Amino acid sequence: MQTIDLEAQGLRALNATLQAQKDASNQTAWEIVNARGSHAIAVGLDAPIEVTVNGSTGYYCAGMNKQATVHVKGSAGPGLAENMMSGTVIVEGDASQYAGATGRGGLLVIKGNASSRCGISMKGIDIVVHGNIGHMSAFMAQSGNLVVCGDAGDALGDSLYEARLFVRGSVKSLGADCEEKEMRPEHLEILTDLLERSGSDAKPEEFRRYGSARQLYNFDVDNAAAY
Amino acid sequence: MKDEQQRFVSQTVPIQSATFSNPINAEIRRAADTGIYDIRGGGAKRRVPHFDDLLFLGASISRYPLEGYREKCDTRVTLGTRFAKKPIELDIPVTIAGMSFGALSGPAKEALGRGASAAGTSTTTGDGGMTEEERGHSKTLVYQCLPSRYGMNPDDLRRADAIEVVVGQGAKPGGGGMLLGQKISDRVAEMRNLPKGIDQRSACRHPDWTGPDDLEIKILELREITGWEKPIYVKIGGTRPYFDTTLAIKAGADVVVLDGMQGGTAATQDVFIEHVGLPTLACIRPAVQALQDQGLHREVQLIVSGGIRTGADVAKALALGADAVAVGTAALVALGDNDPKWEDEYRKLGTTHGAYDDWHEGQDPAGITTQSPDLMARFDPLEGGRRLKNYLKVLTLEAQTIARACGHNHLHNLEPEDLCALTMEAAAMARVPLAGTDWYPGKAGF
Ligand SMILES: Cc1cc2nc3c(=O)[nH]c(=O)nc-3n(C[C@H](O)[C@H](O)[C@H](O)COP(=O)(O)O)c2cc1C
Repeated sequence: MQTIDLEAQGLRALNATLQAQKDASNQTAWEIVNARGSHAIAVGLDAPIEVTVNGSTGYYCAGMNKQATVHVKGSAGPGLAENMMSGTVIVEGDASQYAGATGRGGLLVIKGNASSRCGISMKGIDIVVHGNIGHMSAFMAQSGNLVVCGDAGDALGDSLYEARLFVRGSVKSLGADCEEKEMRPEHLEILTDLLERSGSDAKPEEFRRYGSARQLYNFDVDNAAAY
Repeated sequence: MKDEQQRFVSQTVPIQSATFSNPINAEIRRAADTGIYDIRGGGAKRRVPHFDDLLFLGASISRYPLEGYREKCDTRVTLGTRFAKKPIELDIPVTIAGMSFGALSGPAKEALGRGASAAGTSTTTGDGGMTEEERGHSKTLVYQCLPSRYGMNPDDLRRADAIEVVVGQGAKPGGGGMLLGQKISDRVAEMRNLPKGIDQRSACRHPDWTGPDDLEIKILELREITGWEKPIYVKIGGTRPYFDTTLAIKAGADVVVLDGMQGGTAATQDVFIEHVGLPTLACIRPAVQALQDQGLHREVQLIVSGGIRTGADVAKALALGADAVAVGTAALVALGDNDPKWEDEYRKLGTTHGAYDDWHEGQDPAGITTQSPDLMARFDPLEGGRRLKNYLKVLTLEAQTIARACGHNHLHNLEPEDLCALTMEAAAMARVPLAGTDWYPGKAGF
């Protein structure tokens, strides 16, 4: 395990070091200390390394992550794992707004709650939130899976495309063009796998599935009131 | 006798209403027929105060000109000198504006890359991600980071020469984008992670930041991902240019791109294009003022776009304080858009050359704003690239001609003092004197 003291070494050195790790690297485990809510920690990584952040992070932790596993032993600020491509990001605490925004792949696990706009514009990422999520989550979500073990706030899945949303608790309200859908065996399979990989003991049968009603896919004036 | 009298009674001639003109009435009927607003491409078609309303004074006894054919008039520009380790060096201060793959065909993107590279300037991606055609053929490529983030990925970010965070566009400041189902081919759909054939909306706000303080952190993230190498541009639509430029600078932009209301779009509501935003002419001085007030004019570069057509427009934008300009529509016209040679086909589409603006429908006779393989095949990217290169060279020569006539050995030495305005409006907006006076509206002391 290599340790990087963010306060002593600075953000540029931290990211440059982690970004320089290649597939063949044998330094696979890294620990970041003195994170102190700094922004843009461990962004743009592209190697199968394991990074543990001891403490909470500011904006955009693990942004655009590829391959790496980033484990935040605290809470994360806005834009956690934004546009993540692959790999795994795990947050022990809560995550602020836009967690997993536009993510294209990989797994994002938030063990606490996530705030508003979780999974906004997601494009293939899998997100599992053990707690609740805030309003306008999965807005314009294109593809991938959002699993919420707690409750969802207002306007879930507004203007949703093809992302699948699974919620165990209550949904305060659904956004435009989002509806409850039948939970078929293939969905239970996806859900079972995601719950298992994210370390949740919730039962797949307790969830409901939401998806796009596909009424807003092509503009129709009679739907104008829905916008 | 009675018949005779009637013959001499004067008749009123039919008078068209200026308020309810034929085009307005036609639009009312169209709305009544369809129940949906008009969507189209291009920029504002109405006349607004523009560069045509300015003139250069030239040189005489009180100013000394440069010899047109012998004396050097430099055109080079460096963009991104504030923070980026690798600023962009361009031979000419005319760049190609961001136009999305999806709105444009792959071969059209290739032609833009070829033409721009041959002329020594940059191209810009758009709301659809980076294509191989464009990366491969563009020596210098600016990669847009838009609210939709279609196709966004760290590898393309690193393959780019600069990054442009798009906050707005002059054609639709405050509006998102749209690409209608007709143009969503398999390739476009795949690049955007969306089903084929559906209308694709691009959000009007970024998904992961909201105000200027957030933008500053977003820019930090982009720099950290790309090792602080690449200039970061921030593109804004012309709305409140003084404040928006100030905030873009505060957020850490290396370059501010400012797009006025005449700026083109691939597809937007006509009402938005024609009724929202500031004319390009009115945007430049407040933006330059903001840069000057921060002590950063020329250190943070300003690129102006929206209705740039000629070398005179380029020279006027630079004289008002811009470091470079960007062209969208004019580049498409140079490639062959709206060419009279397709007149028969424009007629079939119910329009005529010069007026064709249904770029969103994907039926472009010139094969540029389409994804249809048959139409695309009409367009030759080599020939298109050659035409664009020629056009960019002419813009540069024209701007140099004017600069030399005003006695300047670099286009950047053009200044407001070289200009006068033909109308009060233009004088007020450009803050240069009305021709023959030393006055402009708003000038202190009058
Ligand atoms: C076909 C087309 C597509 C465009 N796509 C984008 C885009 O994806 N992103 C963007 O920031 N601006 C886009 N624009 C706007 C241009 O970047 C630029 O602001 C504008 O065209 C400049 O004005 P001009 O057309 O008068 O030169 C587009 C413009 C056109 C004509």
